[in-house]
Amino acid sequence: MSRLFTSSFSHIILFIGISIMVVPVWMIFASSTHTSSFINTNGLQFFLGDSFQENYLRVLLYKGGFFKEITALKMFLNSFIMATGVALLSVATSLMAAYALVYYRIKYATLLFWIIFITILVPLELRIFPTYSVMAELNLVNSYFGLIVPISASAIATLFFRQFYKTIPDELLESAKLDGASTWRFFIDFLVPLSKTMIVAMLIFMFVFGYNQYLWPLLVTSSEQYWTVVMGLKMMSGSIVHRFAFVMMSMVPPVLIIIILQKHFIKGVFQDK
Amino acid sequence: MSFLDLKNVTKIYPNGTKAVHETSLSINEGEFMVFVGPSGCGKSTLLRMVAGLEDITKGDINLEGKLINEVDPSERDVAMVFQNYALYPHMNVYNNLAYGLKNRGIDKQTIEKKVNDAAKLLQISDYLQRKPSMLSGGQRQRVAMGRAIVRNPKIFLFDEPLSNLDAKLRIQMRLEIKKLQQKVGVTSIFVTHDQVEAMTLADRLAVINNGIIEQLGTPIEIYDNPKSLFVAGFIGSPQMNFLDGNLKNKTLSAEGFEIKDINSDFEGEVTLGIRPEHLSQTENGLINLKVDLVEQLGSDNLVYGQLKDKKDFCYRCPGNQTIEKGTNLSLNIENNKYYIFDKSTGKRVN
Ligand SMILES: Nc1ncnc2c1ncn2[C@@H]1O[C@H](COP(=O)(O)OP(=O)(O)O)[C@@H](O)[C@H]1O
Ligand SMILES: [Mg+2]
Repeated sequence: MSRLFTSSFSHIILFIGISIMVVPVWMIFASSTHTSSFINTNGLQFFLGDSFQENYLRVLLYKGGFFKEITALKMFLNSFIMATGVALLSVATSLMAAYALVYYRIKYATLLFWIIFITILVPLELRIFPTYSVMAELNLVNSYFGLIVPISASAIATLFFRQFYKTIPDELLESAKLDGASTWRFFIDFLVPLSKTMIVAMLIFMFVFGYNQYLWPLLVTSSEQYWTVVMGLKMMSGSIVHRFAFVMMSMVPPVLIIIILQKHFIKGVFQDK
Repeated sequence: MSFLDLKNVTKIYPNGTKAVHETSLSINEGEFMVFVGPSGCGKSTLLRMVAGLEDITKGDINLEGKLINEVDPSERDVAMVFQNYALYPHMNVYNNLAYGLKNRGIDKQTIEKKVNDAAKLLQISDYLQRKPSMLSGGQRQRVAMGRAIVRNPKIFLFDEPLSNLDAKLRIQMRLEIKKLQQKVGVTSIFVTHDQVEAMTLADRLAVINNGIIEQLGTPIEIYDNPKSLFVAGFIGSPQMNFLDGNLKNKTLSAEGFEIKDINSDFEGEVTLGIRPEHLSQTENGLINLKVDLVEQLGSDNLVYGQLKDKKDFCYRCPGNQTIEKGTNLSLNIENNKYYIFDKSTGKRVN
């Protein structure tokens, strides 16, 4: 009896929690499927309307910006390129940095690691002007390269991979060496597959990190052609339903990445057991 | 020149630990050599220098007459079985065996044939598609062996490969390793701290203590003729009994008895060693043992007790004799099988 009570009680708590998170999102979505005059007169809606296709297509294809030359579609493309670039590049560099830190007999490897670690305490905003001037000197303002590279060194990912490598027994390396594996082969044939779960987790994390960037893309792009979704969110104008539609769509890529990659993530976790 | 030659090999770790001192050793082709000694004596270090996993501080290692001090482990063509097996956790058994062959650029069909042959030899053909995590301890052990065998290396190196197995499996695998080695005929070095393992496996064994080879020889030579107190105490189970004594004019006097006409000119404080199995009961024997405890092993009884001077002593007798706790036994040493060591240096003097 009391178990039934506590179990239903905890379900109620969970339900309230979920509602608090989901209901506002749902209301934005429902409202974004009505016409703007309907929303202006009747307020936010709880049920779906019938202007879904019309509103979303219009948002995707409308040429906005000061010079009317960027569409939301292009922004999604930019954001996708940037987020993917950041995810791939930061995971690749972190994997290799951790490899060097753990497996190469670098002098002061621990000290070096802590110096890398300290950069976690220095937010991008703090180094944003020097970083910008470097990019400007290199003529990389208004380029994908400029959007991606400066934020693609991840101390956190390096930390995770380093800690993981440290748990791999030395005998594995020694065994591989005796089996004729070179330094590079050990990395590719052993460390990368063994850290698969962690790589997927880091890819998700860094994708969302890259996707959510606001200040850096704002600074390093002057051409509207390089605007990202998050910048677009800030600069949106126009009717409320179109803005809602844009907000809804802006949530899709991160959610999609998580859904696509989580399969591998969970599979990895179970295989490692 | 023999197959593998170690000449004055010394290892000093960067932190100053001297793990191996000026060790010289020759191993013949096809021989099964065992390094045995207590934990921390430098066995693994010596083995790892042969593998190329540790730098050699001083000295030379020659394989087939070629100096290999500076040769990378991947080029030495040696295979090693580790205590924890070090199987590749993300590869199935087939790929675990095949990996070393792939790295040597061998074509796919040859690899498949070699892997299948090795798997058959080790009776792991049924598990080829499984990951190591889905295998039992004994099966993992076989895979580790398979990975070594499949490459047909110049030398097998084993670093305490049986110590993670339960007692029964350990004895079984011990036999299989010996059989396998005889079948394949590859020169092998086997490291263990277990003297029974060492005795049963070795063609020759090296008893190592504090980074020095104390004695080198066939198991029987070492058992019958230990050259030092350490070797005498380390080889043989139950351990040899040690008694204090004094040697003068070829006569040894110990607490309660004397032995005359000893074949040694040494004079001074000595330690007398007698193996528990080299004693027999007689009337008016040399040694009087008051029995405290009898361990019945079935085939043998191990009789533990004390001498007059309260020294612990062990006697091994056939299992069909019944010996009661508290009785007094009178024992003689069979065929003068006793060992006398200089007490200060531990060297054998008779
Ligand atoms: N990497 C190392 N650095 C410093 N000392 C070590 C290292 N490896 C082993 N030693 C020391 O060298 C000695 C011999 O070690 P080892 O060869 O592993 O002994 P065994 O295998 O006989 O137990 C020990 O005293 C051990 O503490
Ligand atoms: Mg060891």
